[in-house]
Amino acid sequence: MLVGGGLGRTPYLGPTIRRSLPARHLLSYLQAILRVYNRHGRRDNLWKARIKVLVASLGAEEFARQVEEEWDRTDKAAIDLPDTELARIRAAFAPLGFQTLPRVSTVFEAARSEDRGLARFVRNNVVAHKIQGYAIVKIALKAPGETPGDCSAEQMDIVADLAERYSLDEVRVAYEQNLILPHVRLDEIPGVYQTLLAAGLATPNINLISDIIACPGLDYCALANARAIPIAQDIARMFADPELAEDIGELKIKISGCINACGHHHVGHIGILGVDKKGEEFYQLSLGGSGEDDAALGQILGPALPADRVTAAVDNLVAVYLRERHGAERFVDTFRRTGLNPFKEAVYADAH
Amino acid sequence: MPTLIRWRDGAASTDADPFARVDDDVPLPEGDVIVSLARFQREGDLLLSQQRRVGVVVEAGEAVESLAYDLPQISVVALAFPKFRDGRSYSAAMVLRTRLAYAGEVRAVGDVLLEQAPFMIRCGFDAFEPADGTTSDQWTRAGHRFRHVYQRAADALTPAFAERGAQ
Repeated sequence: MLVGGGLGRTPYLGPTIRRSLPARHLLSYLQAILRVYNRHGRRDNLWKARIKVLVASLGAEEFARQVEEEWDRTDKAAIDLPDTELARIRAAFAPLGFQTLPRVSTVFEAARSEDRGLARFVRNNVVAHKIQGYAIVKIALKAPGETPGDCSAEQMDIVADLAERYSLDEVRVAYEQNLILPHVRLDEIPGVYQTLLAAGLATPNINLISDIIACPGLDYCALANARAIPIAQDIARMFADPELAEDIGELKIKISGCINACGHHHVGHIGILGVDKKGEEFYQLSLGGSGEDDAALGQILGPALPADRVTAAVDNLVAVYLRERHGAERFVDTFRRTGLNPFKEAVYADAH
Repeated sequence: MPTLIRWRDGAASTDADPFARVDDDVPLPEGDVIVSLARFQREGDLLLSQQRRVGVVVEAGEAVESLAYDLPQISVVALAFPKFRDGRSYSAAMVLRTRLAYAGEVRAVGDVLLEQAPFMIRCGFDAFEPADGTTSDQWTRAGHRFRHVYQRAADALTPAFAERGAQ
């Protein structure tokens, strides 16, 4: 059980307060967590009235102790779901009607060795499925120069059709502002790819530098201090060459137009935060964050930059990475090894 | 005097409040009184020995558990909502009903709003001093806004999973 993580103006990684909990006790344990928070969380300051603030101020160990104490006093049988209800819920997630398929699809293998576009798409956008003969197809809504996460009604109709015909009626929306067809038979991937390509939906850049998360920013949002979308578009255009993007490899850029961090900038390999300096849009860069299993909060690179210097700064950061990287190291791995300095020097070189 | 709304057997009704709320620095009048937790801790033994009913106001930051020993003799526990978004008294009500098995009146006082009626009732409140001028008819309707519930709480509602099982 991880409690007290969150982004926004005070980002925290959630500490683990309990290593494991039987599924049947989930509700009573959650109630204990929320009761401790409700009774002891801060009320004097709206910004500090957060569970993450309570956990950080008590320390994870003390918070865990209070939760366990509360939980011990809880009438668990009254709160927890009976096994029959858990079984009913599980049945709603029963395995779908997967076919028994060969592990290798000759149709698929032949198509990807002939079509370099398909091969690239498969390298970046297709992930192995736990069921043999199936794959997960990710649809990047990140064509360079377009608004991250946007697609038209016509495109969405095409995706819905594909889901119905080739993905067991399922399409998912990912927090990365992309779509996912989770259950595609390998045999069908070449056809699905062709349909996506014709619809402008086959951008082969999942997890690459142009697969940028951006909040709506000042273009749409009343809270924003700065625009996020044009920054994302500029960066994606600069790295539109798929060869270059693939050479750079996994690099997650996340952009928020204000401190509320809807774009998750704290956990971007490169995070970009829009700030307002006397009515002008500035952007603060941070490096080394991750929202994956290697979760980390990014470190601020240096003083915020004006809008017209952001893309060049990203270019500088990438150049440092390409120069410093060892073997197959990702951007974030190189950063973790070298620290902030080489990156900082490159971006602020002309400031000296 | 604020309107007192009581919730009994699934319906709200308006009632005269027999209790006088007595501030800490005021001499105690005759009759039924509601006093602060601090005053109860000082004068509780005396009050409980007199021929009157006694209630205690527990502020949002105070631990309702500190009343545990005297609860059987306390007629009203009034739980305060300093602001509508300060939800500490919901937890206090749950603790009173489900952990301390308190069977007396649990009254919501302070910034008590109609929108919160269903939640307060679920947590075991059965008397309310609304701050928004709402009527008992409105409270009855609000108390029945949702027919089904997912979880057991301090009221008698049967959760959906148990209703399904009974079908």
